[in-house]
Amino acid sequence: MTLLGSQILQYVLSGIVVGGIYALIAIGFVVIFNVTGIINFAQGEFVMFGGMLAVSLNQAGFPLGGALLAATLLTALLGALVERAAIKPAKTASISTQIIITIGASIALRGIALMIWGTDPYPLPSFSDGPPLVVAEAAVVQQGLWVIGVTLLLLVGLHAFFHRTLLGKALRACAYNSVGALLNGISVSRMSLLSFSLSAGLSAVAGIVISPITYATYDMGSMLGLKGFVAAMVGGLTSIQGAVVGGLLVGILESLGAGVVSSGYKDAVAFLVLLALFFLKPEGILGGKAKA
Amino acid sequence: MKIPFIWTAIAAGLALLPVVLPSNYYLGIMIFIGLNSLAAMGLCLLMGYAGQISLGHAAFFGMGAYISGILSVSYGFPPWLSVIAAVTATALLAFVLGVPILRLQGYYLAVATLGLGIIVYLVFMNWTSLTGGPSGLSAIPYLALGPLSFNRDLKVYYLVWAVVFLALACGHNIVKSRVGRALRSIHSSEIAAQAMGINTGRYKVKVFALSAAYAALAGGLYAHYLTFISPAPFGFQFSIELLVMVVVGGIGDLSGAILGAAVITLLSEILRDLMPHLFSYGAGEYEIVFFGILLIVFMIFLPGGLVQGLDFLRRRPRVMAQR
Repeated sequence: MTLLGSQILQYVLSGIVVGGIYALIAIGFVVIFNVTGIINFAQGEFVMFGGMLAVSLNQAGFPLGGALLAATLLTALLGALVERAAIKPAKTASISTQIIITIGASIALRGIALMIWGTDPYPLPSFSDGPPLVVAEAAVVQQGLWVIGVTLLLLVGLHAFFHRTLLGKALRACAYNSVGALLNGISVSRMSLLSFSLSAGLSAVAGIVISPITYATYDMGSMLGLKGFVAAMVGGLTSIQGAVVGGLLVGILESLGAGVVSSGYKDAVAFLVLLALFFLKPEGILGGKAKA
Repeated sequence: MKIPFIWTAIAAGLALLPVVLPSNYYLGIMIFIGLNSLAAMGLCLLMGYAGQISLGHAAFFGMGAYISGILSVSYGFPPWLSVIAAVTATALLAFVLGVPILRLQGYYLAVATLGLGIIVYLVFMNWTSLTGGPSGLSAIPYLALGPLSFNRDLKVYYLVWAVVFLALACGHNIVKSRVGRALRSIHSSEIAAQAMGINTGRYKVKVFALSAAYAALAGGLYAHYLTFISPAPFGFQFSIELLVMVVVGGIGDLSGAILGAAVITLLSEILRDLMPHLFSYGAGEYEIVFFGILLIVFMIFLPGGLVQGLDFLRRRPRVMAQR
C-alpha cells in the first residue's frame, strides 16, 4: 500500500472513532428534538459531566465499571434536573427564547464544573490494555474499538427500546403527534423529562468512552456538543439513523481535513460542512418526517 | 428630534463622571462599557427589532479590530481611515454572507452564525502571517484627528461615549422610521410582512450588515485604544456575553443594550475580583456561571429585560391608583 494510501486509511479510521462519539451526541439531540421540539445547546455539558464524574468516581475508589455506570445515571439525573429547572418553565416560549435558555443552562453547567474540578485535564484509564489493532498499516487504539463497540451496542439497545417497550413507544408517539399522545393517556410532560434523561445519559456515555483518549476537562463539552449538533443537522435532525451517518461523516471529514489540509482549521471543518449543507440542501441529507 | 430629559441627564452625568472617578482603572471600565454598548446595540437591532438571532457577533467585533489593526500596522493607513475601512469591509462581508445565512430561520440561523463565529476565530488564530496568530498584533497606533491624539484614557472615554450616543441616535432614527416598522413586522410575522409587500429578505440582510457595522466600529475603537489585539477576546464566549447584555438590558429596546452592557461589564469586573477569594483554583472564567443563570432567569421571568422592569416600576404607582 502506498504511503499516502495508508495515511488516508489512518485518517478515516480515526475519523470513524471520533464519528462514533459525534453520533452518540447527535442521537441525544435527536431524541430531545423529536419529543420536545427543542434544540438543547447544553447537550455538550452532559458529555462533559459524564466524563468528569466517571473520572472522579474512579479516583474516589469505585471500580471502573461501577464508576462508569454511576456517572451515566448521575448525568441522566442531571438531565432531568435541567429539564425541570430551565426547559419546562419556558415550554411555550419562542424559539429564540428557548435557544437562549439552553445556552444559559450550558454555560451555567460549565461554570459549575469549573468550580468543582478546576481547569486541569483528568485522565481516565483505558477500558482495556493491549496493543492497537493494525489494519493495513493503519492503527486503532484499543479504546477506539471500545468507542465503536459501545456505539453499536447502544444503537441496538435504542432500537429495541423504541420499538419493543411501552415506554419507548410512548416516546415515539410524542414525537409523531404530542396531542394524539396526550389523548391516549401519555403524559407528554413526563415524556419530555424522560427524553432529557435518556439523552443526557447517552451523551454521558459518549463523554466517558472518549475520556481515556482525550482526557476529561471542564470545557470538553462545548466543541463536542456543537459537533454532535452539526452531525444531527447533517442527518436531518429527526432520525437516529441520520444522526449516525451524520456523526461518521463529520468525524471522517474532520479527520481528513485536519490531516490533509491543516490541523489548525480542524474545528472549522464541521461548520464548513454544515454551512455548505444549509445552502445546498437545508433539510439534511436524510431529512424527513419525525422519527424517533 | 426631541431628546427626552433622561438622556440629557445621562449624557451630562457621563460628561462629568471622570471628575469624580478615583482612578484610570475606572475610566478603563467605562470605556469598555461604551465599546460593549456599541456592539450590543448592533446585536439588539438584529435580535430585538428584526427578530433574528446571532451567536457569532464577536466575529464582527474581531474583524473590525483586526482589519483596522492590520491596515494601520502593516499598510500604514492613518488610524481613522483604517477604522472606517474596517467598518465598511465588515459590513460588506456581513451583507454578502447574510444573503444565504438569513434565509435560514430559528435553530438553523443560530447554528450558522455560531459556525461563522468559530470559523472567523480560527482564521484569526491560524492566518499567522496576517494576524500574528495566537500571539496577536501589537504596536497599533492610537487614533488621531489632526493634532489631537487619543492616547490617554480620558480622551478615549469622551470619544467612545460620543460615538455611543451618535450610534444610539442613528439606531433610534432607524427603528422609528419606515425601515424600523418593516423590521418589527418581520419580527412579528415574516409571512404577514411579506404579504404586506415588504421584501423581508433584503431588510434582514441590511439590518445584519448594519449590526455587523456597529460591532466592527466597537472593534476598531478597541484596537486603537488598547494598541494590542489577540484572538482570545473575540471567541464564542464574547458572542455569548453580548447576547447576555442584550437579554439582560431588554431585547426590544436599543437603550436597554447600553444598560445591559453596563450591568454585565461591571458585574464581570466585580466577579473577577471576588471569585478568586471564594474558590481556590487559579484564574478561571468563573463569572460564566452567573451569566448562564442570568440568561435563564431573565428569559423566564423578565423577557423584556431590565428596561421593561424599570418601566414597570415607574408605572406601577399609576396602575395602582387606577384600580
